[in-house]
Formats: sequence, C-alpha cells, structure tokens
Amino acid sequence: MDETPSYPPIEPTDFDLIVVGTGLPQSVIAAAASSAGKSVLHLDSNSFYGSHFSSLNLDEFSSFLTSQSAVHSSHPNPPSSVAADAAEYVALDLKTRPMYSDVEITSHSSDPVEHSRKFNLDVSGPRVLFCADAAVDLMLKSGASQYLEFKSIDASFVCDADGRFSTVPDSRAAIFKDRSLSLTEKNQLMRFFKLIQGHLAASDEAENDSNARISEDDLESPFVEFLNKMRLPPKIKSMILYAIAMADYDQDSIEVCKDVLDTKIGIDRLALYHSSVGRFPNALGALIYPIYGQGELTQAFCRRAAVKGCIYVLRMPVIALLMEKESGHCKGVRLASGQDIFSQKLLVDPSFIVPVPVAPSQPDCMPESSQVINLVDAKQKVARGICIMKSSLKPDVSNFVFVYPPRSLYPEQAMAIRAVQIGSNLGVCPSGMFVLYLSTLCNDATQGKELLQAAIKSLFTLPVSGNPENSSSVHSENMEEVKPTLLWSALYTQELVMGSFESISSTSMPDGNLNYNVLLDATVKLFHQMYPQEEFFPETTSPENVEDDDGLSLES
Amino acid sequence: MHGRPRKAPKPEDAAASAAKAEKLRALQSQLLHNHHNQIYTKEALEISAKLLEANPESYTAWNYRKLAVEHNLSHSESDPDTVKSIFSEELRVVENSLKQNFKSYGAWHHRKWVLSKGHSSVDHELQLLDRFQRADSRNFHAWNYRRFIAALKGIPDEEELKYTTKLIETNFSNYSAWHNRSVLLSHLLQNKVKGFFPKEKVLVEEYEFVHQALFTDPDDQSGWFYHLWLLDQTVKPETPLLVSTWPAHGSDIIVSAEGCLDGRALSPFTSFHSDAGTFPLILYFNEAVEGVNSSTVTVKSVFTENKDLVWKPLATSKSCAAQAWVTHLNVPDVKLHPSTAYPIEVNLGDSQGIISLSGSHCSHPSRFAFTVCVQPLSSKHAERQSVEMILWRDVNFHFYDAHVQESSPIAYFDRLSIKKDHEPAASKWHAKTLVNEIALVRQLLSEIDCKIGKLTLARLLMAHDAMVSYMAPHSHKKVHSEEVLQLYSDLMELDPMHSQYYKEAQSLVLLQQVTSNRESLLKHCCHHRVSTSSSVGNSVCLRLNNLSLSRIGCVEQLLWVQMLDLSHNELRSIDGLEAMQLLSFLNLSHNKLSSFTALEPLRLLKLLKVLDISYNEIGAHPVDTRRYLCSSPLSHTVGSDWNFNEFVPDDAKVTNYWEAFAIFRGFNLTQLDIVGNAITDEKFKSFLIKVLPTLKWVDGEELH
Repeated sequence: MDETPSYPPIEPTDFDLIVVGTGLPQSVIAAAASSAGKSVLHLDSNSFYGSHFSSLNLDEFSSFLTSQSAVHSSHPNPPSSVAADAAEYVALDLKTRPMYSDVEITSHSSDPVEHSRKFNLDVSGPRVLFCADAAVDLMLKSGASQYLEFKSIDASFVCDADGRFSTVPDSRAAIFKDRSLSLTEKNQLMRFFKLIQGHLAASDEAENDSNARISEDDLESPFVEFLNKMRLPPKIKSMILYAIAMADYDQDSIEVCKDVLDTKIGIDRLALYHSSVGRFPNALGALIYPIYGQGELTQAFCRRAAVKGCIYVLRMPVIALLMEKESGHCKGVRLASGQDIFSQKLLVDPSFIVPVPVAPSQPDCMPESSQVINLVDAKQKVARGICIMKSSLKPDVSNFVFVYPPRSLYPEQAMAIRAVQIGSNLGVCPSGMFVLYLSTLCNDATQGKELLQAAIKSLFTLPVSGNPENSSSVHSENMEEVKPTLLWSALYTQELVMGSFESISSTSMPDGNLNYNVLLDATVKLFHQMYPQEEFFPETTSPENVEDDDGLSLES
Repeated sequence: MHGRPRKAPKPEDAAASAAKAEKLRALQSQLLHNHHNQIYTKEALEISAKLLEANPESYTAWNYRKLAVEHNLSHSESDPDTVKSIFSEELRVVENSLKQNFKSYGAWHHRKWVLSKGHSSVDHELQLLDRFQRADSRNFHAWNYRRFIAALKGIPDEEELKYTTKLIETNFSNYSAWHNRSVLLSHLLQNKVKGFFPKEKVLVEEYEFVHQALFTDPDDQSGWFYHLWLLDQTVKPETPLLVSTWPAHGSDIIVSAEGCLDGRALSPFTSFHSDAGTFPLILYFNEAVEGVNSSTVTVKSVFTENKDLVWKPLATSKSCAAQAWVTHLNVPDVKLHPSTAYPIEVNLGDSQGIISLSGSHCSHPSRFAFTVCVQPLSSKHAERQSVEMILWRDVNFHFYDAHVQESSPIAYFDRLSIKKDHEPAASKWHAKTLVNEIALVRQLLSEIDCKIGKLTLARLLMAHDAMVSYMAPHSHKKVHSEEVLQLYSDLMELDPMHSQYYKEAQSLVLLQQVTSNRESLLKHCCHHRVSTSSSVGNSVCLRLNNLSLSRIGCVEQLLWVQMLDLSHNELRSIDGLEAMQLLSFLNLSHNKLSSFTALEPLRLLKLLKVLDISYNEIGAHPVDTRRYLCSSPLSHTVGSDWNFNEFVPDDAKVTNYWEAFAIFRGFNLTQLDIVGNAITDEKFKSFLIKVLPTLKWVDGEELH
C-alpha cells in the first residue's frame, strides 16, 4: 500500500455528501440521498463493495479480517495539494481501529482454499431476510430489488447438544406436517398462533372487537410469562422464543438475561414471521436468501445510487479530514491520491476514529456527545463463525436456519446461537460444499468462542491430528448419522458499534440479528437527522417502482 | 377465491358491466345468426371465441363450436395437421375462457369433450392443471378434470393419492383434496391393490393422517368430513344385511281370518287380525336394497307357492330400492285345518341378486322360521269392534302387565342375531378403533370447545354402542345414550342454526334407548281399553308420546306394532313409518306436520283404520320447504284414475285439496281426527268425507 496507485482526479470536487465505506447503511443512505437529488460521492478503500457487509472469496475474506483486526497504521500523509498556510482548514489524520479480534482461521483441508474464488462468504453472517421484513420493503420501494435474486430458505430447526434437529412448526401447514409434536401440542401451538392472529386483526381494526385483543397488562409483561400463562409446554415455548421471536438471551433466568423480550415485541416478531409465510407465492417459508450472498444487497443499493447520479470510487482510502480552522467544522476529506474533496456532510464507516478538532475556537459548537463519538460499547460483542464442509448437516435439505436455544448446549449457556447453512445452489460456494454461519452475542471473545466451539463440536466430526484418545472416543460414540467433517473454519469476534449523528456521522456495524430490521431503522433515522426536509425514497410513479410484491425475483 | 369478502359494486363498475353487456349482446346475436345458418367460417368462429372469452357461461356458443369442429373435421379428415390445429384452437379458446372464469362448467366440459377426441396431448393438460391448482388448490372443477385426465392417461391411483397428500400438506383446509383422497382410496381398497391391503392397516394410517388436521385446527371442517368417511368405512358392513323381520324368527303367529281375536288368551305381540285374508311378511335391511323377489327370497310353507309371491319395496319415492320389503301371504284355510301351526321358513342371500345402491350383493345367507296358526272367531267380536270409537286419552291406557313378558317382541330380536354370526373377526379391530377414536376426540374436547368435535364424539359413541350390541346382542345396553343426549343438547345451544339437525339426531338416540331392551320398551307399552267395553281387540299400544321426537327411527325394532301413539312430539316428518305394515291405529296429534305430503308414508300402510292428525300445522305454511319434490296433480304418482273434480267443492281452491286427495284416496279409514289444523274447515271436512267413504267418525263425531 506504499504505492498509492495514481488516479485521475475526481471531478467535481464539491459534493453535498461524502460517504466513506460501502456497508449496507452507507449504501442505503447514498441511494436515498441521491434519490433526493443530492450530489453524493461514495468512497471505499477496498477493491470490493460492502465493507463489513460484503460477501468475499476465501482469500479476500481472510485478508479483510486480518487487515481489520490489526490497528491500522495510518497512510503516509501525502503532500497536500493546497499549501497549509493558505488554507482556512487543517487536515487531521484519520485513524481506524480494529473492528474484529481473535480471528482464528483453521484449514483442515486444502479443498476450500484451492477453490477460493468460488466462495462468497458473508462477513456479517449468519443473515437471512424475512419475506415481510423492512429490508424487502425497502428494496421494493427503492427499486434495488431489480438487481437481486432470492431463493427460499428450506426449513427452520431447533438444535440440541447432540446435533439433533427438530423442525420449527412455524405455520399451520408445518404444524400439520410435523410428526415430532404430539397431537395435543399441535393443538396448543395452533391455538396460540390463532390467538396472536386474532389479536393482530383486532388491533388493526377499530375498537369494536376488544375480546380478541390481548390485554395491556399482558402486553407489558415479559413474553415468557405470557407463554407460561397460555400453558404452553417447555418445548413449544422454547421454539416460539428462540426460533420464531428470535430472543437472544435466556428468557427464563432473569439474572443472566440482558434483554427481556416483552409480550408486545414478542407478538410483533411473531407477526413478522407469519406475514412472511406466504407473502410471495413461490417462497416456501418465511425466509429468503440472496443468490451470491448478502453482499449483493449493498451492491444493489449502490447501483441504485449510481443510477441516481452518485459517483463511486473504490480502492480509494481517505487519509484525513479537512476541518475548518475557525469553527472546527468538517469541510471535506483528503484522499489517498492527495486530492481534497469538499462537502457539506460526511458519513463514515464505524471503524474510523474521528479525531477531536485541534482548536475548537467556539466551544458551544461542539456538542457534548462528540466526546463519546464512536466509543465502542465494550460490553457487547458478537462472535461469528464460518464453517465449510462437504456434506449438509441435514441430509435432505441444503439451505436452512437453526438455533441453539440457551442452555441447550450446556447449563451455563445464557445466549442463543443462531446459524444458517447455505448450499452451492445459492452461489456461495463450489458445488458439493456447504457453508455454515454461526453467531452469538457475547460479553467477551472467550465467552463467544466457547459458545461457538460447543456448537461446532455438536455438529462436526473434527479432524483429529495425531490424538489417539480423541479419535477413539469419536469411534466409540458410534454415531448412527455420520456427522460432516469440518474442512475449513473461521472464528472471529466483532465489535458492536452503533452509528451516530454528529457533524461527522457514522453508521452502525452489523448487529447480532438474523435480519436487518434494527440496522435499517437506525439508518432511516440517521437519514432523517441528516436531511430533515427530505423524504426517504419518495414514492415515484416511474414504472420500475410500481412493481408490487411480485416484483421480487424469487427462484423456486 | 376463498375468504375474500364481497364488496358492493361501485357506480363506475355498474357502468362498466353495462358496457360489457352491450358488447356481449352484439356478439351473442352474431353468434346466434351464425349458429342458425350453420356458418362455420374462420371469422364466424372468431366471433364465438370472442364471446366465450368474455363470457364462458354461454353454453350455446360452446355447442356451436362443437358443431363447427365436427363440420370442419368432416372437410379435412385426410390431413392430420389440420385436425390437430382444429383441436388445439379449441384448447386455446377454453384456456382463455378459463382465465376469465376458472369455475366455468361449460368451458371445463368443452375441454373434456376435446380431450376425449384423443388428438391432444394429455401431458400438457397435467401442466395446465398444476397451474390451476396452484392458483386455487380447492377448485373442484380442476379436481374433477384431474380425475378425468388421470383416467385418460391411466395414471395409477397410488400416484394420484400421493398428489392429494402433497396438496393436503400444503394446506389441509381443502375439501376437494380430501374428497379425492376418499375416492381414490375407495378404488384402491376395493381392488385390494398392493400396499392397500388389508383395509384395516390402511384405515389406521388414514386415521393418523387426519388426526394431524383435526388437532392442528379443529375449527376447520374439511378434515372432520374425511374423518366421517373413515368412520363410515370402519363401521359399515361391506354388504347389505337383513337386520329384522316380521314375523320374527322363532315366533308363533296367530292370525284371525275374520273378525277380532279373543284377547284374553292370546299375546298381543304375536297375534294379528286380518280382514283381507292375507298377512304381511316384512324384511328389513340395514340399507336400501334392490332385487328382492321370489327368486332371491325363498318362502317355504305348505299353503303358499313361493313363485306366486310378489315383493314390494316400501318406499315413498318411485325408486325400486328400499330398506323394507313386504309380501303378503294368504291365510291358510281355517275351516280345513283349525288350530294347526303351519311352519314357514324364509331363506335369502344364498344367491346373488339383492344388491345395495353402491352395488354390493347381499352375500350372507340368512334364514328365519316361524309358525302361523289360524284362530277362528265369533262374529260377535267383529261387530262390537266395528262400532267403537278409539279414544287416545290417557285414561284409556293401562300399563302393560308383566304376565305376558315371555312373549314380548324383544325375545325375537335377540334370536334374530343368528344372522350376524358370519361377521369376520375384524369386528374386534372395529371396536378397538372406535375406542381409540373416542379417546382422542375426548382428549381434544378437553383442550377446546369444538362443535364438530362434539358432533363427532356423539357419532362415535353411537357407533360404538351399535358395535357392542352387535357383538354381544344379549346385553343390549346403550351405555353412552345419556352422554350422547347431553352432547346433542349442548350442540343445540352452541349452534342454534343447526338445532333441527341435532334435534333429529337426538330423536334417534332416544328411540334407540327406548327400543334397545325389553324393559325399556315394555315401559312404553300399554293396554288400550275404552270405557264402555273390556277390550278393543286386546290391542297393545306403543306409546311414544311426549318425547320431543322430531323424526322416526329404529323402525326395525317396531315392525310388530299395530297401535302407535306419537302424539305431543315435534315430528315434521314420519319417514320410516311405511315399514310398520301392521299399523292400524296411529296417533300423530300435536306434532309439527306441516303438509299432507309429509304424510306420504301413510299411503303404504294398507291396514290403517284410525288416524289422528289433529293439532298439526297442515295448511299453515304455503310451501313445504322441507321437501324438494312432492306429488302434484300433474305428476303421475296419483295414478290415471284421477277423478279429483268429483270431490272438490266448486268454489274451493284446488291447490288446498289435491295434496289431501293424493294421500287419503284409497284409505279405508274408519276414524279420522283432523281438527286444529289451519286447513280444517267445514268445507274441507265434507270433502274428506266424500274421499273416505268408510269413515264413521270425524273429529269425534259419529257420521250418519
């Protein structure tokens, strides 16, 4: 990186908005601002789109994680094109900080590495979309959906310590088909779903049918208490909490539960799940996944932005911020090429450490919160893992979601572990291979790894390297089902950073959820803070936007 | 499709539909012109296509196209390509019409017609069906067509069964899919296809399958309907069975040829008085059968030639199938052989010929025997009976004494069971299945309140009781009767819309309870005595009054009844009564009979002398909505000797009278009570007196 490749200078040099980093929130805002008629420059230091939301081949993935996990030495400051004394602004070096730690990449077989280019590994995995979720609505509304193709996730399971999968009966048809539930359990579960549907229908309409509605007291109570009140057996309760309402923490033990799901939110999550089932006629269930990986989403929004006039420059690191001497306001950025670009507003990747201005001449201009700008919430991290194997974890399905509810792997397990397996028919790996994504929230890397490794242990036959004790124990277990062999794995811990709105705004890191709803909420909010007058993707009558729900390309 | 509320049309919609109608009228008149002039040119066909694509319901246009195809074929028979293109054009028109309305009978029929010509690809039809069934998996037109195509292509039933499984798993709320499943399974079971035998194994799997639907969503009725079909498959005998006869097996019948019996010496259950010199022989089957005649039923006796016997179905409709059949045997000449007991033996089922409506033969040989003894009588009794009026007052009835119990009819019902011995050992499985189903439905009902679940439980319990009494006839205990009665009472409250249905079901349960054993039946038997004399033929009256009955049932247990009191019930129909051929005295007063057509079964009771239909609702309702068909002066059921006009007063409304005429004509009633009906007035009474010349009493008044 010593030799900064020579670039033609960017024209013009003045923009309404400069966005640094092509993560999903930045791409959405770039597209939204472009649609609102703003001139936008979108930069990324990488040679690919997506930053922390990208899908990368095996080599790119490894080097991206490694580069982002070390403290980045700042670029040598190239000579400014503008003489420092003549300028009304100062250039402040821009530093980044590591977003990933404890990266552990293990290769048990040369197969995956040899086919490196055939992989599209999601850096922010595991992720899927709900058919009815905000991201799908946004893609349809913005027109980004025309660049994307999806496939259904075939099934959803709950997994236990022995690696046994049980289907999540998430719909009427699934309950009917399921043979692991007893007849009474089927009845209880379906009645619960009907109760929720009745409540939602009654809430939609006017006050007339208040009987069907769940009482306010119940809505404010913890969801787990409401489920207990409905006399649902533990097995069903756990399915609803962790596989449908997607709770992260053990809801049954208040001490370790950092996030008690209340009934209202629990019901909203069920509603999202149920309205997802059957939204698209050719989708099998509630969940879909983009062909070629999650990184396609950011690219779709970037293409949308480009259509609306946004200028894209990749492989272009930003090395310094240009700050107005007088006010301390940001005026623009200095690129690695040495060019200074100016803009009203600046939106940066969460990995940047925004320097505190040297001499704030007007202290009242400095909002208090700028002191904590981009401070990492050190208490929360997300541990992620990627495994590559040659056979599916479930012999008859290739693309599926599953969850280890709290306490399913070991008694002290306080957090749920989410997982998604994707097969080669989604264009994420060479044919004959499967990619497994795992994630869990954690307090620190040690805890996170412990959780993920327990899950991996339950799923795989770990290749033994000259450890006779180990191999004999594997044989003595005499498993009926042959577990797949792990070929390659990556474990890493990612910081959870929330975006913020300041003179220099920043976007969020990928969160620990399966979908993008929370992230997009924050992104929409940020857009409105940046542009209070503008509508977020105004409804247009252009033909590409009048598409209805069927406008989403779903391969069946 | 389904679950979409109908919206009121907007004014602009009305305008659009008027414009559409205008366009259609123009096309329609062009089409009719072409049709009449037999114009089958390309342009003319184009007009019919346009019409059909806008309005697939135009049957004339479809027929026109059929004629056109035949016409055009006759001009191009040599060229296979032309033939093919003619038919593919038809298929294209049908497909476009179905896009307009995928439930158009005419369009689907036309497609069948085209396919049956055999010039088109069947595979393409299956693809089309997949599209239609994806759009609406419950479209029964598509399902019908699927069966047609499957038959045409020779797709095995097993394959089609898998398809129904697939669609049911996608959405089990699908009557059409469940129905198709029952059709396919019926074939597979009947033909004992590999993998579908024995029947018991298949049914167990099907029960398990449908349980998933019942428990997942008990409020969805489609699964329950399939469950009902399974229940029917479980309990219904595969072939028709003789379940009851009169005279009963082993009974000794005493017949009086002239006049009245000497009551003190004889049991009223087995004695029978005959004016006509004949006595009836009644066969009662578990379902309607055809083909009862002197070659399928053999009656052996010294005084009757079997080949002379004429068997008649006891059915009010003109169909030649009935549950009950009757023939009349001549009474042996009393003067030649007084007090001789003549043995009579009846055999049936040895050869095929008695056949149910579903086509299965009565294959179980049945035999029963009884004796007939003729009792000569003094003319004194006969005279006295002829002058007395029957009064249905409670004071005229006396509880039946126990001293004649040994000859009560119940004993004979028990002995009838000899015919049931040849049931296979599978009945153990039947009972086990029923017990299992009862337990499951109880379990479901313990979770939730569910109307159709309760109804199913009631049906299961009744089927179970019937099964148990079938296997152990001597312990005729209807153990679940009280619970079933309670279930129906609950249902009437829960579901008032269908209370009449539940009421009828409840009536049947009540009647089964009454007739199930001799103790309960005897409780309802009374001696009838008039105040002025010691006896009226020593009649025993079966009193089923004040039971809130809304229909008749268990007639097979009551074939012996000569005097029946059904007053103070809620009867709207008396269907079934036609099998009680011995009935002479009948009280139907204080019921809810609403027309004379409801009395149709009485026309088959040739021995009826005394009838009380007072205080009903005859004439109160302008139309009897309960019946779809009724006899009218224009129908032929009344016979050709129609001399109605002779009886009707000139100024009377004919419509008020013809129904009564159709029912009463040919009766030999001596006593009729009809007061308290909307139709009754003096004019009507005098009309009845003319129609019924044998009448001696009307509404309690003696005629002169």
